[in-house]
Amino acid sequence: MVLVILTPALFFKNTPMNKEEIIEALKTIVEPYSEEVSALAHIDENTDFINDLKINSANLVDIVLDIEEKFNIEIDNDSMAKMLTVKATTEIIAQKLEANAG
Amino acid sequence: MKKEILAKLPYGKSFLFVDELLHVDENGVIGTYIYPENLPFYEGHFKDRPVTPAVILTETMAQIGLVCLGIYLLKDIDQNISIAMTSNAIDFLKPVYPSEQVTVTSEKVYFRFNKLSCKVKMENAAGEMICKGRISGMLISKGNG
Repeated sequence: MVLVILTPALFFKNTPMNKEEIIEALKTIVEPYSEEVSALAHIDENTDFINDLKINSANLVDIVLDIEEKFNIEIDNDSMAKMLTVKATTEIIAQKLEANAG
Repeated sequence: MKKEILAKLPYGKSFLFVDELLHVDENGVIGTYIYPENLPFYEGHFKDRPVTPAVILTETMAQIGLVCLGIYLLKDIDQNISIAMTSNAIDFLKPVYPSEQVTVTSEKVYFRFNKLSCKVKMENAAGEMICKGRISGMLISKGNG
């Protein structure tokens, strides 16, 4: 008898995450770094990490490292510099996931 | 290289807590410092019972473990760079009295997007653990704010 175990990586490959799923995952990652309860509760594409969630640049780095681990992708310096809003970040994650899948 | 790093430290005499670097490479650094008994804070911390303040122990760990390592990691960049501590989580186990020598050992956890994060420990001359934890900082190029 052969047991096939579905790993998370396989799971991602077969069913790419849609935008809403990425935002939902992003929300979980960002939550520990912000005290802005109301802004956190209303996270959407327009949420700005620095202005709305009051996250400093040092914690932004940690968020990007968490994103790399969670989505199994690598973020370069240019992408990092753009990741200031939920919208930009979601787009970069989607791009990298697509590149990985292809 | 060790001497060059010490020369690049931005601290004045009253707030320099690094005597010597014993080892430095891209993964970490080991350095020492002796707290002279005439340091001004001993007069008040505490009255008649001088003990090195925990903030000074933290500063010592940051100067040796984070700043010296940061200067080494950026040795090829021809620019004045300063390092701002952005977070630390330290456990303190033993006190440090005037004239004691401490050894700080720092291991790089990661250095990415200008953030340096290190696992740092401080031991006394007997090799006993004084404090340990994690310190992180951002490298900022001068003129950048």
